Amino acid sequence: MSVEEQRLILKYADEPSYTNDIACYIKHGGYEELKKAIQLKPEDICKEVLDSGVRGRGGAGFPAGMKWKFLDRKSGKPIYLICNADESEPGTFKDRQIIHKDPHQLIEGMMISAFAIQAKLAFIYIRGEFFEGYKILERAIEEARSKNLLGDNILGSGYSCDIIVHRGAGAYICGEETGLIESLEGKRANPRIKPPYFPAALGLYQCPTIVNNVETLCDVKHIIAMGAKAFSEIGTPGNVGTRIWCVSGHVQKPGYYEFPCAAITLGELIYEVCGGLLPGRKLKAVIPGGSSSKILRADERFKGKLKDGTEFDWGIEDIPMDFDSLAAVGSMSGSGGVIIMDDSTDMVEALANINYFYAHESCGQCTPCREGVPWMKKITTRMCSGNAREEDPQMLINIADQIAGRTICAFGEAASWPVQSFVSKFRDEFEAKAKEQELLRKQGLETSKETTLI
Amino acid sequence: MDLKQTTLDKIDRLVPRYPDKRSAALPLCHLVQEDQGYLTNDSIEWIANRLDLEPINIAEIVTFYPMLRTEAPGKYQVRVCRTLSCALSGAYKTCKQFEDAFDCKVGSTSDDQLVTLEYVECHADCGRAPVVMIGEKEYTGVDSEKAADLIEQIKNGTVETE
Ligand SMILES: Cc1cc2nc3c(=O)[nH]c(=O)nc-3n(C[C@H](O)[C@H](O)[C@H](O)COP(=O)(O)O)c2cc1C
Ligand code: SF4
Ligand code: FES
Repeated sequence: MSVEEQRLILKYADEPSYTNDIACYIKHGGYEELKKAIQLKPEDICKEVLDSGVRGRGGAGFPAGMKWKFLDRKSGKPIYLICNADESEPGTFKDRQIIHKDPHQLIEGMMISAFAIQAKLAFIYIRGEFFEGYKILERAIEEARSKNLLGDNILGSGYSCDIIVHRGAGAYICGEETGLIESLEGKRANPRIKPPYFPAALGLYQCPTIVNNVETLCDVKHIIAMGAKAFSEIGTPGNVGTRIWCVSGHVQKPGYYEFPCAAITLGELIYEVCGGLLPGRKLKAVIPGGSSSKILRADERFKGKLKDGTEFDWGIEDIPMDFDSLAAVGSMSGSGGVIIMDDSTDMVEALANINYFYAHESCGQCTPCREGVPWMKKITTRMCSGNAREEDPQMLINIADQIAGRTICAFGEAASWPVQSFVSKFRDEFEAKAKEQELLRKQGLETSKETTLI
Repeated sequence: MDLKQTTLDKIDRLVPRYPDKRSAALPLCHLVQEDQGYLTNDSIEWIANRLDLEPINIAEIVTFYPMLRTEAPGKYQVRVCRTLSCALSGAYKTCKQFEDAFDCKVGSTSDDQLVTLEYVECHADCGRAPVVMIGEKEYTGVDSEKAADLIEQIKNGTVETE
């Protein structure tokens, strides 16, 4: 590999002698930051996190320190901290690595964060399918409790806080923070409308609540370890710290790779880090930030201006891997799930696969999402079974346009963006397929062919 | 409904940890399902009772969350991830292989009750696709060779499920 990873969060995780028990973690300097943190004033920790500029790793990239600042402290109600370990955005598998290989790092990050926001109780909402991860976390929490690193009067500081690991049960929408909160309250995971239900004001049990992703909470530990200034010097202004990119699909070496933000380009990630495409294959498209982010076409030119005014003119391989660059090319870094597709991929089938997912996962509360997403699935499914109609590509766009922006939660966008971007960027393929099938049907010929992605 | 003493102990430890009892609804569904294999009307009423809720409060979550079951599964529950990364790596082919081997359409239980075969959505291990869960155990990189191996192990009862 000519481009070397620079790991912060996963620094030890894959060392052969590193184990996920507390003795090993402490041997590697673990829990020193928690000891340091409880000597500080909670508001000083919040300020460090704010000054670091760290942005959330769960999807939206919202600055964590800013979110913490929005906490309603005047209400006098108890404050809760929730770690979002639902990891359900297709293409994402970074939180799994942390939970399995370095659970104490997460617990330490959580306890520092809990102390900083003065949480009364903390939760880890973990997806139900992580059977092993759940057991690992339960054990790790017991280990930490027995050393008084969580629970009552932590290390004699007078501050008490426990962690409850709460298991989901297979619903993607539990990753959306207000859906997660409803689920944690023992209900269906129907997201709440914002405003007024911003968790920082009206969250769990209508109390002020902070929801952060696993990776974000681990970053907090490192911010305390190195200080806000040093942390903010990793990456570029506005894109600080490292990101764990999860690469899947058509590359030689799929996997997770950690780099400072903007340290590599998408091309380097594909060709140098992941060993390139399979023999004889060419790159066709990339979904850069989990299946809901907009697709990038391999032969596109991306032109525009960055936030700081610099003009860019990039091919797909030149795009720096960070929050702002991926946003500037019309997509997003999202949850860090990079899905690579080579020229063997049928784009209609790939979209049909994605639409199947979203139709399955809509919570059903809002009409545009509950009805519209299954319609989009129905259309792409018929396009794969030989029953495409000429109007289908445009109809897909029309439906997606009527969902996005008209729903309670961002699932509406998550389901529409793939449709809008696939159809507009690969319109030729969608139209050709629709035309061909119409024609064959008219001639009374067999229209369906074997599919691989749906 | 007869729950094992260990399950009852777990439930008694768990419920008081939550600031609001209702939060224990989903964990209790998990625990009762693990104990009984699936959730019946009786178990739904029992859970509601235990948490001072109405049965509908439990029934509505049982029908919402895909991992909660109201029917007995086969001896082995085989869940094939079909989402994009796994599909790009051949998950549909893998699934077909299971269908053929057990004469069981995905979404159903084989006549001999040996396997329940299901599609599931992304299991967050897409770098090692295709992903298949058997019981609580995850298998990765399940290409046709590995699938044939697993099928054999299911048939002779040696496959690991946790
Ligand atoms: C449909 C949907 C699914 C989501 N799934 C996840 C998820 O699986 N994990 C996660 O951390 N955030 C997920 N999010 C983002 C959360 O709502 C929330 O913004 C995030 O947990 C905040 O953490 P962060 O600020 O640390 O990123 C999802 C959002 C939406 C709209
Ligand atoms: S957008 Fe979809 S998932 Fe979100 S609340 Fe509405 S119906 Fe539910
Ligand atoms: S797509 Fe199968 S594990 Fe993610």
